[in-house]
Amino acid sequence: MTQTPILSRDQSSTPGAAASQAPSLAPSLAQPRIMDDLDQLEAQSIFILREAYRKLKPLSLLWSLGKDSNVMVWLARKAFMGRVPFPVMHVDTEKKFPEMYAFRDEYTKKWDLDLLLGYCPPVEEIDPSLPPAARSAARKTAGLAAMIEKHKLRGVIAGIRRDEQATRAKERVFSPRGAGHRWDVRNQPPEFWDQYATPYEDGMHIRVHPLLSWREIDIWRYIERENIPLVDLYFAKDGKRYRSLGDQDITSPIESNASTVAEVIAELETSRTSERAGRAMDHESEDVFERLRVAGYL
Amino acid sequence: MGDNIVTGHYSETHRAAATPIVIVGHVDHGKSSLIGRLLYDTDSLQDGKLAQIVESSRKRGLAVEWSFLLDSLQIERDQGVTVDSTRIPFRLGSREFVIVDAPGHRQFLRNMITGAADAEAAVLVVDAKEGAQEQTRRHAMLLRLIGIRHVIVLLNKSDLLEFDEAKIVKVESDVRQLLGRLEIEVEAVVPASARDGDNIASRSERSLWYKGPTLVEALANVPPPASRAALPFRMPVQDVYRFDGVRYVAGRIERGTVRAGDRLAIGAQGQVATVAEVCRWHAPELPVAGAGESIALRLEPDLVPDRGDLLFPADDKAGAPERSARIRTRLFWLRGEPLRVGESFTLRLTTAEHDVTVASIDAVVDLEDLTLREGDSVPPDGFAEITLAASHAVLFDPFAPGFGDGRGVLVDRYQRIVGGAPLIGPAELADGEHAIHPTASRVSAARQVQTRGHKSGVFWLTGLPGSGKSTVARAAELALSEQAINATVLDGDTLRAGLCSDLGFSPEDRRENIRRAAHVAKILAESGQVVIVALVSPLEADRAQARQIVGENFHEVFVDTPLETCEKRDPKGLYAAARSGKIPEFTGVSAPYEAPVSPELRLAADRPEHDAVNTLTAFILRIVQP
Repeated sequence: MTQTPILSRDQSSTPGAAASQAPSLAPSLAQPRIMDDLDQLEAQSIFILREAYRKLKPLSLLWSLGKDSNVMVWLARKAFMGRVPFPVMHVDTEKKFPEMYAFRDEYTKKWDLDLLLGYCPPVEEIDPSLPPAARSAARKTAGLAAMIEKHKLRGVIAGIRRDEQATRAKERVFSPRGAGHRWDVRNQPPEFWDQYATPYEDGMHIRVHPLLSWREIDIWRYIERENIPLVDLYFAKDGKRYRSLGDQDITSPIESNASTVAEVIAELETSRTSERAGRAMDHESEDVFERLRVAGYL
Repeated sequence: MGDNIVTGHYSETHRAAATPIVIVGHVDHGKSSLIGRLLYDTDSLQDGKLAQIVESSRKRGLAVEWSFLLDSLQIERDQGVTVDSTRIPFRLGSREFVIVDAPGHRQFLRNMITGAADAEAAVLVVDAKEGAQEQTRRHAMLLRLIGIRHVIVLLNKSDLLEFDEAKIVKVESDVRQLLGRLEIEVEAVVPASARDGDNIASRSERSLWYKGPTLVEALANVPPPASRAALPFRMPVQDVYRFDGVRYVAGRIERGTVRAGDRLAIGAQGQVATVAEVCRWHAPELPVAGAGESIALRLEPDLVPDRGDLLFPADDKAGAPERSARIRTRLFWLRGEPLRVGESFTLRLTTAEHDVTVASIDAVVDLEDLTLREGDSVPPDGFAEITLAASHAVLFDPFAPGFGDGRGVLVDRYQRIVGGAPLIGPAELADGEHAIHPTASRVSAARQVQTRGHKSGVFWLTGLPGSGKSTVARAAELALSEQAINATVLDGDTLRAGLCSDLGFSPEDRRENIRRAAHVAKILAESGQVVIVALVSPLEADRAQARQIVGENFHEVFVDTPLETCEKRDPKGLYAAARSGKIPEFTGVSAPYEAPVSPELRLAADRPEHDAVNTLTAFILRIVQP
């Protein structure tokens, strides 16, 4: 891999260089590019990230090291001219794949990220009425809650998408969380015309979801277009690859021979199974995901 | 995987963004079932999804319930009602759509708007047998106010009319007439049965007379969004950054095109700067950007605009935005209490925020027949035309369906979105009308609670003369001060000694007395104060007016002392005077007292006075302590 400069432009057009020249007063005759679907998703996500940065302080971005959160870090760099002007946060379950930790350390440096590390409590401290895999997943909720308290966060940027899971489809772009970080799913604020809710009480925070309108295949096509680096686990080895990355003990790989981004895209175009099919907790009972999310899970 | 400086490849074949289609209509007219059917017939369901729905339906003793596909929340499945909007991707040939399922229940109107606001087209589902109902009219009205240009009507359950041509044509003409009144152009009216699949994806054998499109054909015919690139340039400033010594003016282009070298005017002040550079990161180098792009500009000279400042062409007078401090606007009202003249809000318009006051309510929509009526308030979930007065000139472009212009939103002091306000145009002042520009506090309610340590509230004590209102109020004031709570008492005699010394005791003057007290109480409560009003306020209608003036902070307290007790006490000798005819129109003797039917608190007289004080104090504490 090659090192990326913070501003990936050639020297003649860096803002600093251009600023020293008098601007040309002759308007260019160039036409704007017609935006395709990825351009529109990107522009909307940049708008959302800029709103979050302006309105919610302190703010942090949840970097799970998965493909979606890498796309999110990338979009933040797009929004802020090559840098991420707020900390990113990794809430570590200490059960991730070793490849993920290596990736984290490499790209924290390469992307010049301000990384906040948090840890999750042991599973014994989690609600025993949850089914086993969900109980394990709920550790992350507790770890995240501790980070929000510790850093007094008012905004947490998370990479969930509507097409992943049916209760996520009901989410807002700016989703207020009240005391105890609960998601009041029956009483969500109106959100229209790009006007988002902002917190109005102490102890509240806002979950910001810049990828809500993206679909799995959009994420992959954008990764291909932008050349965004990923953990190798997403690519097939010995006929298996991970489609979604959770903890080692509650995520299973799918049968696949897709070993490049292009092959993954081709595979998804014909796939008829859901992305989270390999996540054990989703299949334990009908309402388990909603219960987790109301309590603060992503 | 590489992470190099070369931008990855951009696809040669252009892929348009998915077209959002919202499904709306009255509750139980079959929206969710329609979506289930549509996805099933177009083979858009993921493996296992159908089995999941069959299982969830079986568990509740139902036949296959299509709505379970979308009603993912436990409450939705158990109660069989859609609470919040859902979106699911869906494809017809090479074209991508997003289907938005919006709740039909009036209670969840804000969720319907959330789902529908960015849709390109709508399918309005109408039960063929029942015809248009209240929510049909309300949703149709909203489609117009949120600016949806393409409407397809689906006459669902047409099998209940045996697909009879004459009957269906009759329903169709009713619905067309209704939508015509709203200036909504109907793309198609499709007689269909979502349950059986008639005229959804395939043409029905039961309606051979019908020559129009099936629903799927009608959806495929929805044109792509209109281009905004040719309109005069607008970019509201979203933020200004300074990174590595370079200042970036960031924003999304709402319409038009901007090029390096363009001269732009900045906000209402109208300073002019030239675009030195159109900046992006990790994107093709282009000195130009068009509508929809989120970009950053470098300006020359290096000015620092504020968030919300509109950037527009400096040299195109004809293409300049409207500029006015009074704006006519349509309104869809989302607060649980009615809207009244004189209320203040923040008007959010893209990234700009303006303090505005409702200067007048010009017309209210009657939902029965969709006509405009005069009115002095807008009911919850109601529609109206109003005039907003701002403290400064506002730059805006009038609202037009299908475009992003003029999409104002009203936000209250708690940062809650309480209404949508599509801006129509500048408002002229009528002859002789005095322009008033009330200002609103910039201190949020949350901040007030923080500095004072308690919330505010208006506690309105009503009761007969001599019932003990002022005594109890003053004692509660003292008790509250011991708990470090600032309370103010507004009592009848104190008000009449000063602010209301021009008023007598006629019904009109009593009403005016109450109106003034309510406004003073409101101002005090808005500054964070606890206010105890002690006024006879004998008429239900006058107290209702006070409640409307004060708003949700109003709490009615009935000091329920019987007439005999009051008369026995007669601390000011007024009853005696009234009985001897020296005081005309004395409440309880020669003027009526209408006791409150359901006060929030009733202070009974059969208890010692200190009990009433304790009860009132505890009641107030419960409400104002955070």
